Amino acid sequence: MDWSFALETFISLVAAIPLTLQLAATSILLGAVLALALALLRLSGVRVLDWFARLYVFAFRGTPLLVQIFLIYYGLSQFPAVRHSFLWPILREPYWCAVIALTLNTAAYASEIIRGGLLSVPHGQVEAARACGMPSFMIFRRIVLPLAVRQALPGYGNEMISMVKATSLASIITLMEVTGVAAKIISETYRAIEVFVVAGLIYLAINFLLTRLVHLIEYMLSPHLREPRLQTSVQGESK
Amino acid sequence: MNQPGFLDIISFGPGGWGAALLTGAMMTILIAISGFAIGSVIGTFGAWAKVSGGKTIRFIADGYTTVLRGIPDLLVIYLFYFGGSAAVTAIGRFFGSDGFIGFPGFLAGALAVGITSGAQQTEVFRGAFKAVHRGEIEAAIACGMSRGLRFRRIIAPLTVRHALPGMGNVWQVVLKESALVSITGVVELLRQAQIGAGSTGMPFNFYVVAGATYLAISTLSGALLQRSERHFSRGVRRN
Amino acid sequence: MNAQAHITPQQALTVRNLHKRFGNVEVLKGISLTANEGDVVSILGSSGSGKSTLLRCINLLEVPDSGEVTVGDETIRMQQARDGKSRPADQAQVERIRSRLGMVFQSFNLWSHKTILENIIEAPVHVQKRPRRECIEEAEALLAKVGIAEKRDHYPSHLSGGQQQRAAIARALAMRPKVMLFDEPTSALDPELVGEVLRVMRGLAEEGRTMLVVTHEMGFARDVSSRVIFLHKGLVEEDGRPQDVFVNAKSERFNQFIKG
Repeated sequence: MDWSFALETFISLVAAIPLTLQLAATSILLGAVLALALALLRLSGVRVLDWFARLYVFAFRGTPLLVQIFLIYYGLSQFPAVRHSFLWPILREPYWCAVIALTLNTAAYASEIIRGGLLSVPHGQVEAARACGMPSFMIFRRIVLPLAVRQALPGYGNEMISMVKATSLASIITLMEVTGVAAKIISETYRAIEVFVVAGLIYLAINFLLTRLVHLIEYMLSPHLREPRLQTSVQGESK
Repeated sequence: MNQPGFLDIISFGPGGWGAALLTGAMMTILIAISGFAIGSVIGTFGAWAKVSGGKTIRFIADGYTTVLRGIPDLLVIYLFYFGGSAAVTAIGRFFGSDGFIGFPGFLAGALAVGITSGAQQTEVFRGAFKAVHRGEIEAAIACGMSRGLRFRRIIAPLTVRHALPGMGNVWQVVLKESALVSITGVVELLRQAQIGAGSTGMPFNFYVVAGATYLAISTLSGALLQRSERHFSRGVRRN
Repeated sequence: MNAQAHITPQQALTVRNLHKRFGNVEVLKGISLTANEGDVVSILGSSGSGKSTLLRCINLLEVPDSGEVTVGDETIRMQQARDGKSRPADQAQVERIRSRLGMVFQSFNLWSHKTILENIIEAPVHVQKRPRRECIEEAEALLAKVGIAEKRDHYPSHLSGGQQQRAAIARALAMRPKVMLFDEPTSALDPELVGEVLRVMRGLAEEGRTMLVVTHEMGFARDVSSRVIFLHKGLVEEDGRPQDVFVNAKSERFNQFIKG
C-alpha cells in the first residue's frame, strides 16, 4: 500500500464527509416525520388513507432508489410546467433532488418499522391508561409512543445505517460526497483498492458511531429492562 | 425529435422501446440471479464459518459481514469494476499489450452484488441454523447418524426451510441493487431506460416504465417465492 | 416377566464408574449399573441428581469424563485427547452403538420437516441401510402398535403431545434397539395425555424389552419396573427391586423423595 497516496486520498475524502452527513441527517429527519404520518395513515382505520399509505410503501420499497433519484432529478424536468414553477430552483439542484428521493425512500421503510412498534404496544397498557381517564391524544403521547419508540429503535437504527450507505447514490447525480470523491479519484488514478479501503473505513467509522449512538439511546430509553440498581451497590452498570 | 408517449415506450412495434426494455429487464434478472447465486455460495460458507469455524475463521467471517454491512454497495461495485480493470490491464501489460483493458461490467456487477448479498445470506443462514430445534439434531445423533448424514438429512433441510423467508428478502434487495450495475455500462433495465430517456428527451416516461417493471418483477418473483415457501415449510415449527 | 425365565440372564447394558462434570459441578460421581436383558430399570431422583445426564452419557450425547459403557458385548472405546478431555476413539463405533440404543426424549424431538412415517423410517433406511419397503411395513406395524396408525402421513406439529411421544417411541423401536432409553418421557405432557404414553411403555415392558427409564412417575416405577435406582447428587443411593426399595429403603432421602 502506498501510504502517501492513501493519506492524500484520506484528506480529500474527509473533506467530503460533511456533505455525506448532511444528506443522511436531513433525509433521516424529514423521513421520520413522513414515516410517522404514513404509519398513522396505515393505522387510521380509514380505508382510503390506509390504501394510499400501502400503495406508497409498495411503490417505494419495490423500486430501486436509483430509479427514484433519476425520476426526480431528470424525470421531472421533462415537464415545462415544473421548469417554470416556483419549485424549479429546488428541483434543479442535485442536492435537493437527492434529499427528496432519500426522504421519500426512507419514509417507506421507516413507516413499516414505526407501524410495527405501534402495534407491539400491549393492548392492556392502553386500556389501563383509558381506565385512568386519559384522553386519547395523551394516551398516544404518554403511553403508546414511548413504548413504540423503544420497540422500533433497533430496526430504525438499521434503517439509519442503510440511509448513510444510500447517500452514496447521490454521487451518480454529480454530488461530491464521499463516494463521489472516491469515484473521481479512482477514475483518475485507477487505484481502486487503496481508495476503496480508505472510503470504506470512513463509512465504517460513521456507521460504527451511529450504532453506538443508537445503543446509547436504547439504553437510556429502557430503564425498565435494566437490572434494578440497589442503593447500596457501587455506581456503575452491570453487564 | 418525435416524442413518444407511454404507449410508444412499451410498444413492440417500430419506434417502440418495448423490445429493448424487455431485453434490459432480462439482463436485470440475469444479473440478479447470478449475484444471488454467488451470494448463496458465500453465505453457506460464511454461516458455516460462523457456526462451527475456529477462532480465526470466525473472526474473518465476522469481519466480512461487519464490513459489508457498513459500506455502500456502490463502492463495492466501483472496487470490482475499476479494480478489475486495473488488474486485467496489469495482466495484459505483462503479456505485452499496452492498452487499457476493461473488465466486463456484467462480471464486476455480478461479483459485487454477490459479495454484498453473501454477507446478508451469511446472516440469514446462520439465523436459520440457530432456529433449528436443538432436540431434532440430538435425535439424529441418538439414532447413530454420522456427521455427514445428519447434515444432509436433518440439518440442511431444516435450515433451508427456516431460511426461506429471509432469502426472499435478500432476493428483493439484490433485484433492486442490480440497478447500480448500470453505472458499469451493462445495458440492463435502468441503463436501457437512460438510453431511451436520452434519445427521446422523455426521462419521466422512461423512468416510470422502468420503475413499474421493477415493481412487476419483484411482485411476481415475490409471489412465486411465497408459494414455494409454503410448499417447502409444511410442518416446520417456527418459534 | 421374560427375563426371569432365563437361567443365566444376558447383560444388555453395563455402566462402570461413570464420571461427568460440567465446569465446576460434578454431576456424576462414579455411577455403575447393569441391566440384564428384559430388565426395566426406573431411574429416580430429584432434579439435579444427574439422572438425565446419566442417560445422555450412555449414548454419548454427553461425553463422560471417565468410565465405561458396554452395550451387549461391545464396550465403547475412549481415548484421552491432548487437552485431557476424554473422547470416543472410534466415531463409527459410537454411531453403530447409538443405533442399537433407542432414545426417547422429554420433548419428543421428532423431525418437523418429515411426516410421522418418514420420521420412523429415516434411521432404519439411512443409518442401518435396510430396504425401504421393509422399513415402511415395519413402521406401519409400529404405528398400529402405539395406536396412531392413521397419523402416518401427518407432520409432527399436527399431533398432540401424547401422540408425538408415541410416534417418537415408534421411531426408537424402528431401529430394533437392544436397549430403550427414556428421558422423562411424560414430563412435557399435559396430565391427561400421560396415561396413553405410559400404557405404551407398559406394553413394551411386558414384551420383555430392556428399558432404562428416567421418570417422575412413581406408579410406573413401582408397578412396571423390575428395578429401581435412586440417584442423589451424582451417586446411586438405592438400587433394588421396587417391592424392596419402596417398602424398606435404607436411604432417608429416598423416603423423603417418595413422600414428597
